[in-house]
This record gives sequence, structure tokens and C-alpha cells, in this order.
Amino acid sequence: MLTRRKLLGTTAAFGAGVAVQALLPAWARSGVHNNVKGLRALSGTNFDLIIDKTTVMIDGRRGHAITVNGQLPAPLLRFREGDEVTMRVTNNLEEDTSIHWHGLLVPFQMDGVPGVTFPGIKPGETFTYRFPLKQAGTYWYHSHSGLQEQSGHYGPIIIEPKDADPVAYDREYVVVLSDWTFEHPHRLFAKLKKMSETYNFQQRTIGDFFREVREEGLGATLNDRLMWGKMRMSPTDISDVTGATYTYLVNGHGPKDNWTALFTPGERVRLRFINAAAMTIFNVRIPGLPMTVVQADGLNVQPVEIDEFQIGVAETYDVIIHPQADRAFTLMCETIDRSGYARATLAPRPGMEAEIPPLRPRPLLTMKDMGMAHDMTTHGDMTTHGDMSGQDAMDHSGMDHSGMDHSNMGHSGMNHAAMGHDTMAQGGTMQKHNHPTGVGVDSTAMMPVNRLHEPGLGLEDVPHRALTYADLKSLDPNPDHRTPEREIEIHLTGNMERYMWSFDGVKFSEVTEPILFYKDERLRMTLVNDTMMSHPIHLHGMFFDVVNGEHHHKPRKHTIIVKPGEKLSVDITADAVGDWAFHCHLLYHMHAGMMQVVSVREKTREKAQ
Amino acid sequence: MKYLLTLCALLSLAATSVHAQTAADAYYDPAEMEKARTALRQETGGQTFTFVQADRLEYQTNEGEGVLLWDAQGWIGGDINKFWFKTEGEYFLDADEFEEAEVQALYSRAISPFFDLQVGLRHDITPNPSRTHAVIGIQGLAPYWFEVDAAAFVSDEGEVTARIEAEYELLLTQRLILQPRTELSFAAQDVEELGIGSGLSTVEAGMRLRYEIKREIAPYIGFAWNRKIGDTADFARLEGETVDSLSFVVGLRLWY
Ligand SMILES: [Cu+2]
Repeated sequence: MLTRRKLLGTTAAFGAGVAVQALLPAWARSGVHNNVKGLRALSGTNFDLIIDKTTVMIDGRRGHAITVNGQLPAPLLRFREGDEVTMRVTNNLEEDTSIHWHGLLVPFQMDGVPGVTFPGIKPGETFTYRFPLKQAGTYWYHSHSGLQEQSGHYGPIIIEPKDADPVAYDREYVVVLSDWTFEHPHRLFAKLKKMSETYNFQQRTIGDFFREVREEGLGATLNDRLMWGKMRMSPTDISDVTGATYTYLVNGHGPKDNWTALFTPGERVRLRFINAAAMTIFNVRIPGLPMTVVQADGLNVQPVEIDEFQIGVAETYDVIIHPQADRAFTLMCETIDRSGYARATLAPRPGMEAEIPPLRPRPLLTMKDMGMAHDMTTHGDMTTHGDMSGQDAMDHSGMDHSGMDHSNMGHSGMNHAAMGHDTMAQGGTMQKHNHPTGVGVDSTAMMPVNRLHEPGLGLEDVPHRALTYADLKSLDPNPDHRTPEREIEIHLTGNMERYMWSFDGVKFSEVTEPILFYKDERLRMTLVNDTMMSHPIHLHGMFFDVVNGEHHHKPRKHTIIVKPGEKLSVDITADAVGDWAFHCHLLYHMHAGMMQVVSVREKTREKAQ
Repeated sequence: MKYLLTLCALLSLAATSVHAQTAADAYYDPAEMEKARTALRQETGGQTFTFVQADRLEYQTNEGEGVLLWDAQGWIGGDINKFWFKTEGEYFLDADEFEEAEVQALYSRAISPFFDLQVGLRHDITPNPSRTHAVIGIQGLAPYWFEVDAAAFVSDEGEVTARIEAEYELLLTQRLILQPRTELSFAAQDVEELGIGSGLSTVEAGMRLRYEIKREIAPYIGFAWNRKIGDTADFARLEGETVDSLSFVVGLRLWY
């Protein structure tokens, strides 16, 4: 490990104090233009981080960023598992700021969410974060104040494992994906509130209508238009904020800047992807080069070889590539609505480039995305409902059925009425909606289905292997095998026209009670997406064990995309006492109210009240 | 000490029972935390916005006569409650006078996912004699994407009138948009001095083709057709006015 890192020049073993290396680390070196001050890795146990306003150049255009130590993205922090680290964060802005350590299991008062876990960092103030590192892997950090995350306040974290890394590689790069706008984020949000389709320049036109009439016939086309028209929804409503205002970045570099990572043919290269975007879900592929996923959200998974994966906002994936050819490859990160892309190059020598594949046509939402599940053609497995669910529906070839323990499904201690098989089954019964459906809720999913075996919106029909959540199996056995004692169901709700977003129909500003977890209980959280959009849902302080059909090897994630019309479950061990933010990681959804607080409390105290 | 902490926690729980997430009070100044909580709630769904839109800002040629027309509205408020204002009118360039000019001030409340209920006042500056009306209406997006604004008015003279406007948008391309528009006016009784007859009084229909340079800035061209109906038409004929007109229009749609 150490030799390898020395080879890359990413760290120097300084004791106390900040270790700022003189040269750009390999991961941030670009073929061409660099951002003003470049990107530096900091390592050690003590860090000084200064939040300030900085002028940056994006694709040759000047913009105003909120940066950490003058860098966009913020410096790569290299920690070591088992260390206790100290970060002194100084706020040079004229507004409050904060840093949240995304995915890190820290004491809640160090979690960095103003108004939930601490008061925030005032202008001119220095706040000291200190916590032990209980995990290893790829993570990131970002502001949890206002809309600062949109302006550049995010950076990568790598925590070196205490013991040997089960993943072998010769070279590594961090790939921080993000979206940049030259508009002021508050103006951007205001525009969405006033006219939610402001940035959607991929709507269906008269031309599309006539083309469809030719292809599908007049009756079918009219029916389709009437169905969407009746609901006042658009099947093109895939991203709220698009390439119309965004430039998509890799490590702070626009597509023209063409950030380049070097390799020697035959090397195993580890790419640590972090989606640090405010609003953009990316589809990532390297034409001509398969990727082996080895880590998801910081935790190791059993290697799975794929050609493309969808990465939700705030998710991380580590992949290994093994390029043999002496040629350049394009790292293509197309947005989910295909209105733009972030791009980088992997090449044996600087200055090389590979072809950039054209953007594929944007997908359209279907009835299934409305939670109607009427698309029977792709759901032959409706018939298998009533069997042991989940597993059948997932049609998962490589899966070991013998190892499955059905007791895990909650036949013993759980409430069947609430929990039912349909939690995991395809098809299934009508969904109950026990939440307010006021002006902020424009639709409810009548028959939401589990879609963990689908690769994500727009990747259903790609002619190659696209990763699904059902493909992920944790490398290490899950630490907690207990059957969930309790299930809570949370609906993701919204009104696109009014640009209101919420959980259970109540936006955060109107929420009166936190979601209660009791210390050390094992519980199942079932998420039902009533909206037409994919929402990356994130819980601070605890991991989600994704109930994807695996038994003791559920993938453990800090963020999970819930697809439109989907109902999925995650199991949680409530071992972290305190108040924790729980929110959609699409920044403007959170800002509009799609947030809650999960309060983990001692059960005894609660009883006493 | 532990008891004291628990007591503190319980007290602060009681004090802030509407949002009982107070674990951080054990580590940070509870007053500071409360401020931060209030700020977070406000900025996570509780914001206020200001919207201004000039839907039609146009020049009409009416058989050689030039008319300036404006139709603007806007609001200040949050998701549910808004203060809404509307103004519209026409100015005859040749005669150098306002043909019509009105303003409305309304309280608007979201009553369904797609509709707002609006109540308030409308004041007509012209025609003379001027009137003030009480207004009740709904505005929003009807199924099949019709933008609808319907209102009933009761004037200070006791006259009851109503208007319904509907608009639709056809995307020729992503930025070139054809917008048919229609407005019907009704009256419950004759208002002779204003030339309004009972029943359906006027029909307006128009078609505007705009190009959205930006979403907020869109120049357009089109035509507008007007027809007075029934008694309203008779009153107009008595005055020697025409009962229908066709105008070409050129204008600008703006919002901020
Ligand atoms: Cu969301």
C-alpha cells in the first residue's frame, strides 16, 4: 500500500499539522487547463480547511465558487482507518457554512448539519471537528448550508483500510463528478419554483406527435397524450435542472478541459467515482473497457463486472479497470436526461483523446414510473407473487438460493399486514397511502413495485451489462443479522408543477415530529416513491442494508436511488444515538422540503415520558 | 449531573415539542441551536418568492388604429399563501386615451395540487365611471394542460360579471411555442352605461407564436380577434362602434 501511494506521490508521512504536498496528486492532474490553484491532497490526522469565495475557470469561463482551501473540488482528504482526525474549519464567507462528512459514521454532534446536529459555523469562526475513523473506503464531504454545495463546496475523502486492502490495484484516481452553473443557485431555485419546466428543453413537440402517429398509429398516440395530459405530467420530466444551465465536471474540469488520467497498459487502475453533483444523476461508461465494481458507498462488494452504471447524487462506486491496449479511452458520464455529459480521458500519454460517443436519445417515463405497474409485458413475474417474493422477482442468475434464509423476511416477529410479501414482490397489491395528500402531492403510486433488479431510468435496454442494485453483494458478511422488529414506511412525495417536495406529503418546514428510532433496534424502512422522479435518499449516521434478495451479504449503502413508482426496503441498525438528517440528496428537492430528522433515542427514556 | 442533563433535555423537549429534535442541545448552546433549527425549517420548504410576469405586452394594429395592450400579474408568497396582483388594459394610441385599465389585488391560497383560490378586489380605472369589484376566482392548470383563470366580480353598484380565460401551449420546437388563447366575459344583467349586455357579452380569441430566447424572454407575433355578443353588440352598434375586430399583434412575454 505504502509503496504504491508513494509511487503516486499522493501522500507524505508528516506527523502533526497539515501535509500539503508540493505536486498535484495523480488523481487531479489534468492534460490541459487546471483550476486556479489546482487540487491537492491533504493527509495526516490534523487538517486546516478554509472556506472562502474563489474565482474559478470552468471550460474557459470565469465563475464564482465557494471553495475549501481555494480548490474546486475541495482537497482530497486521505485518512487512515482507526485514526482520530481533527479538522479545523474556518469560515471566511459572509454567511454561515458547515461541512458534513458524507457516509462517515461520526458522533452525531460532529456530523455537521446546521439546525440538526450543530448550530453551523458563523462567518469568521473556526469550528473544530474531531472524530475517530471507524471505517475505510471512498467517501466525500460537502457543505450542508444553504445551496453552497452547488457552488463547489465538496471534496473527496479516501480512508485507507487498517488491514490489507482486499482490492488489488496498481494505480488509483478519484473521479469527482459534479454539476456547475454560472447562475446563482438561489436564482436557479427560484426559477424552478416559478416555472418548474424552466430547464427542460427536451419536451415532446408537435413533431414528436406526428412521428409517433406514423410509428404507433393515431389512436395509441392520442391515448398516450391524453393519459399524460389528464395527469398534467410530462414523461420528459427526468431532470429538473439540465445541461441548459449546467456544465458537468470531472474533478472540477469541464468537458472541454478534458481531465486526463494516465495509465500504463496492463495496469489495474482503481477509479473512485463520487457523485458530488447538486442535481445530476450520471450514467457512467468507458466504451471499450469493462469495469469491475469493487466498492459501493465506501464498503467493499463482491466484484461484479459491468459496462455501465448509474450513479445517484451522493453515491460512490469504486471500479477496477484493466486497460491492455496502448490507446486512449473516454470516460463518458452522460446525465440521466441526456442533456449533457461530463467527460474525462484515460490515456497512456498526455494529450491523447478517444472518440466521445454521441448523447443517446433521452428516455421517456412510462406507466410503470407512475407506480401503476400495468406494463405486464415486462412483468411476467406477477404470477409468482405469493411465492417467497423478492428473490423470484429479481431473476438473479448468479444468486445462491440455498443460502437464503426466509426467516429474514420477517415471518416471525413482524407484522404481516404492514410488512407483507409485496414489500419486495413485483406486482403486488394496491398501495395504501396513510399520508396527507394535500396541494403538495400531485400523484400517489397505486401499485408501486420493487425495481432493484433494474439498472436505472434509461438503461433498461442498453446493449451491454448495466449494474443493478440486485447485483451488489457485500464482501463482508453484514454485521447485524437480526430480523427487523419493526417496519416504517416512508413515501417520497411531490408536486412538480408547484415544485414542492416532501416525505409523506409534509415538507420539512411543516414537520412537527422527527422519525423515531430506538437505540439498537433493527428496523426495516420501506420507501415508496409516489413521484415521477428518481430520488437518491440519504440517511446520516447509519447505513442502509439494502433488502435486495441477498441474505447475509446485503449491500450496505448510505444513499439509495428510489426509482419512480418504486417500493423498496432497507434494514437499519439504529446504533447511533442522536438526531440525524434524512433527505433526498437532490439539493433543490431537499431545499424545497424533502427532508426529515431521524431521532435515535434510548427506548427507556422514551418510555419514561 | 446526569439527572440535571435529563431534566434539561426534558424541559427543552417540552419547550420545543413541535419539533422535538434537540439532542444537539446537550453539546451546543440550546439558544443557538434553536436559532439554527428555525433557520433550517424556514429554508427547507418555508421560503418566500416573488414572481412578476408580463404575459402580454403588445402592440395591436386594429384596422390602422394602434393599440397598446398589457396583461401582467405576479405574486409574493410561499407554496400555499400568496399575495397576488393582476393588471390589464388597453391604450388607444390615436385617441391618446385608455380604453380599459384595471388592477386586482388578491389573496391566493392553494386549494388543490393544481389550483389556487383567489379572493380580493378589482378596481377599474377606466372606463368611466370607474368601478370597484369584489373578486372570487380560481386559477391553475386544468387537466390536459389548459391554463385556466376564472373569476366572478360583484361591483360596488351591485352588478355581477364573470370572466374565464384559457390558454394552451403547443410546442413546435423546444423554444418556438404556439399559444392559442380565449377569453369569455359574462354579465348577469345589463350595465348600459358601460355598454355591457346580460349573458355572454364578449368573446376574445387569439393565437400567439413566441420564441423563447430564454425562458424568461420571449418575443411573439400573432393575431387577436374580438367579438361583442347579444345586447353588448347592440349597445355597441347604437354607439356606432364595431362589434368585432381582428388585429395583428407583436409583443413580448417576460417573467422574473
Ligand atoms: Cu428528490
